Amino acid sequence: MIVLEWLFLTIAPCDAAEPWQLGSQDAATPMMQGITDLHHDIFFFLILILVFVSRILVRALWHFHYQKNPIPQRIVHGTTIEILRTIFPSIIPMFIAIPSFALLYSMDEVVVDPAITIKAIGHQWYRTYEYSDYNSSDEQSLTFDSYTIPEDDLEFGQSRLLEVDNRVVVPAKTHLRIIVTPADVPHSWAVPSSGVKCDAVPGRLNQISISVQREGVYYGQCSEICGTNHAFT
Amino acid sequence: MIKLETAPIDARFPLMNQTQHCYTHYLEYHKCIQKKGKHAPKCEKFADYYRSMCPLEWIQRWNKQREQGIFPGPI
Repeated sequence: MIVLEWLFLTIAPCDAAEPWQLGSQDAATPMMQGITDLHHDIFFFLILILVFVSRILVRALWHFHYQKNPIPQRIVHGTTIEILRTIFPSIIPMFIAIPSFALLYSMDEVVVDPAITIKAIGHQWYRTYEYSDYNSSDEQSLTFDSYTIPEDDLEFGQSRLLEVDNRVVVPAKTHLRIIVTPADVPHSWAVPSSGVKCDAVPGRLNQISISVQREGVYYGQCSEICGTNHAFT
Repeated sequence: MIKLETAPIDARFPLMNQTQHCYTHYLEYHKCIQKKGKHAPKCEKFADYYRSMCPLEWIQRWNKQREQGIFPGPI
């Protein structure tokens, strides 16, 4: 029992891609938790439909094989089954649509004023972060560049193509507004464990509202092709 | 208890595209100081908002355009 508890405490949340990973990264924001829950809802119906359709297909292929069943049947009508196979598949998408639309509209609903605005500006091939809520003039700003650490400079234990020299630090359990924009070509600011992927379009300021619920280090990569070093190789 | 403040949600710009939000606050600030003079306390609010929302590069570019008299906006 003690051993089991110890194992539980040493599991680190998955906030960066793991080798051979199939599922999502662990959620750090309510938005990502909603996305993961929706995925589980849809997956249930997906498996239901997959098993049902596969069973019918295999049965049809097995029982009506030309060697076992040389004379094909000539059934052209079947009112009951036609009604059932129309109604039933139209009810299932309703079960999928309800949680899907609920999540979609709740993601857009920003009811609380954000506490802090952070600008994530994409460049070729690094990011600049600006915290300018407390500027008293147009000049001074808390701004810094964030470069991905090249493979040769990685320390032991660091993740390749994910670690950066200056991380953007955000307060936890606070409503954040992140403004994503590029300085040159289109980029995309993505942090999978926070459920964020926001395109950075030149001349446009895109706003995302998140509230990170637990402390930790979260990783993401540019998600829009932005030139030679987009993949940083 | 630290109180953090930033530009509030503006109902005129409810969607993801906040470009007009940033630009409108910049214009509002400059119209305000034209009417009330520089360093008017009521105008400082707009200045805080546009500095929160707009990238520094954009602000510097617009300031330069205003100095040169080629700023395209209605100031």
